[in-house]
Amino acid sequence: MKQQRESRVHERYLRHSKKFPNVWCAGCGIGIVLGAIIRAVDALQLDKNDVAMISGIGCTGRMPVYVDFNTMHTTHGRALAFATGLKMVRPDMKIIVVMGDGDALAIGGNHFIHAARRNIGLTAIVVNNATYGMTGGQYSPTTPLGARAATAPYGHIEHPFPIAELAVTAGASYVARSTVYHVIELEKFIAQAIQKDGFALVEAVSYCHTTLGRINRWGRAPDMMRRLKEQSVTVRQAEKMSANDLKGKIVRGVLTDRQDMIEYTKLYDQIIERAQEEVG
Amino acid sequence: MTTNANPSDETNGVLMQGDEACAEGAIAAGCRFFAGYPITPATEIAEVLSRRLPQVGGKFIQMEDEIGSIAAVIGASVGGAKAMTATSGPGFSLMQENIGYAAMAEIPCVIVDVQRLGPSTGRPTSPSQGDVMQARWGTHGDHPIIALSPSSVRETFDLTVRAFNFAERYRTPVILLMDEVIGHMRERIVLPDPDTIELVERAGTTVPPEWYKPYENFPLDVPPLVPFGEGYRYHITGLHHDERGYPTNRLDEVRPWLERVFRKIESSISDIMIYEEDEVQDADTLVIAYGVTARAARQAVEQARQHGHKVGLIKLSTIWPFPEEVVERAADRLHRVIVPELNRGQLALEVERVVGRHKVRRVNRADGSILSPDDILDAIKEWSR
Ligand SMILES: Cc1ncc(C[n+]2csc(CCOP(=O)(O)OP(=O)(O)O)c2C)c(N)n1
Ligand code: SF4
Repeated sequence: MKQQRESRVHERYLRHSKKFPNVWCAGCGIGIVLGAIIRAVDALQLDKNDVAMISGIGCTGRMPVYVDFNTMHTTHGRALAFATGLKMVRPDMKIIVVMGDGDALAIGGNHFIHAARRNIGLTAIVVNNATYGMTGGQYSPTTPLGARAATAPYGHIEHPFPIAELAVTAGASYVARSTVYHVIELEKFIAQAIQKDGFALVEAVSYCHTTLGRINRWGRAPDMMRRLKEQSVTVRQAEKMSANDLKGKIVRGVLTDRQDMIEYTKLYDQIIERAQEEVG
Repeated sequence: MTTNANPSDETNGVLMQGDEACAEGAIAAGCRFFAGYPITPATEIAEVLSRRLPQVGGKFIQMEDEIGSIAAVIGASVGGAKAMTATSGPGFSLMQENIGYAAMAEIPCVIVDVQRLGPSTGRPTSPSQGDVMQARWGTHGDHPIIALSPSSVRETFDLTVRAFNFAERYRTPVILLMDEVIGHMRERIVLPDPDTIELVERAGTTVPPEWYKPYENFPLDVPPLVPFGEGYRYHITGLHHDERGYPTNRLDEVRPWLERVFRKIESSISDIMIYEEDEVQDADTLVIAYGVTARAARQAVEQARQHGHKVGLIKLSTIWPFPEEVVERAADRLHRVIVPELNRGQLALEVERVVGRHKVRRVNRADGSILSPDDILDAIKEWSR
């Protein structure tokens, strides 16, 4: 009974008008991430009016339209910058920014590192499917070296960005990585990220079986799901592994959870105080 | 750079730079959010606002680039703040995609472009009026836009206020096209008493959340925009959308939207048109000018009158939408129209379109120097010979 109720949580959060069926391919991992976000928001008992979901462009960028929050589908790569303005004006809102890997790390890479550096209180969720899904499987900043892509017919010669590690280095307060196979864990990390005051990033490793997967003959959605399971290790396991053994592995877990940093809009409140003291 | 101008100091006035006047105009208009990226000759606007905004409880952020700046401005506006960014040519080019987003999603915002000589990096400290067409057509796709251009420090203050008012009233991005001279020039000005400044606040809705349609096409041409976080949960997108803001490919939903967003500006032309006419009554020659060039044009017209030439001036403050009717009305009676500009003829194209090419004489300079009254006077003399 309890189990059944749990599985229908999303129905209270999806918009029930004319947006369905959704745009995603059957078997895509993006819907799993959306489900995890919804369950995390529900578990935290947030008021929908206080939640905003903002995206850029891409398959992942289509996520917000389906949920009954304050939602905004912006331009390619710029979601975090839009969200920065909204957060400064509405610091009490919980703002979840969902992006594809191309959206967040290629065209939006500059906004990504600077939002993390500023430690502004946004929850960034990057669905890393290692390709540009929406435009048909071109290589992205996370496409593995040597893979084929729609624009790498002879094999890819660039190295992938480690998204989560990049966010740690850039100064994020909270960073975690999981996969769409480890959905309970993913949901837990998303809930922790939303609760965090400062900039929080969750990298949700996914796949695109209809483009990159097909081009590389990596199999269908279940096969790619299996790869996520087999390729991943936890942070703790990774600590005991050599660099060589870690090649091609997805390291899951919380990479950083800092308690020593004040969130950006709170610091700005201090600026306002200082400025108003000065003018008296 | 500090400015603690006492706006009500009617007797003495204050010595103020155009960029400062823009910043103070923004504060007076109720602007409470600014995002920008330093660039000559617009940097002073950001510097003044970084100091002034927190004093009035507003917020300032220097973003990582101009694309992020306009994005943050739109985000802040969605949150309910009157919001502005300021830049110059190179940054204005970077902003274009998101200006189109603001037009598409109908998010009020003000974009200041203090024009400098282009193209590319050009000459950062030299004036230009080279972004006139970019202000109109810089972003891709058909869209309505409002652009204003001041020709004095005081007018910069006033037009900044008007820009915010238009943005809020018509739910549209508004571009304030300044130029390097107006931005950097200092003039002693008297600012209006804050209580006398007309301010437009964003219209609210009276319907309950479940009825609210952020893009409703009837009966109003400008449906109210409720900020995020106030209980009206809805969707905003740069895709073509239906009345609720959800993406659509249906022509019966796209067409009414298209018609409405053009109608909302076109049906309010008389409110949006700001211009001054000087000595046009008995004139046979007309000078049409805007921005810094209007100052030289005014002097040239005065001198020409002293020489007995029947010449008048229309000084345009609103340049987009192009004041067709104003120009048409005046030009009907006139034989000749002179259009001086610091570009190779941009607004002149519009004038020519309205009055016919044979009637128009362009006076152009696009090398970073300004047009002198003599340059325009020569054209008047030569042309009315
Ligand atoms: C400025 C701009 N450039 C290019 C595009 C075309 N475009 C749409 S989606 C996309 C890539 C999406 O890939 P990603 O961000 O990884 O998201 P996914 O579709 O894989 O979820 C591109 C390049 C665009 N919409 N805007
Ligand atoms: S193209 Fe790829 S990322 Fe996009 S919906 Fe289909 S499977 Fe998912």
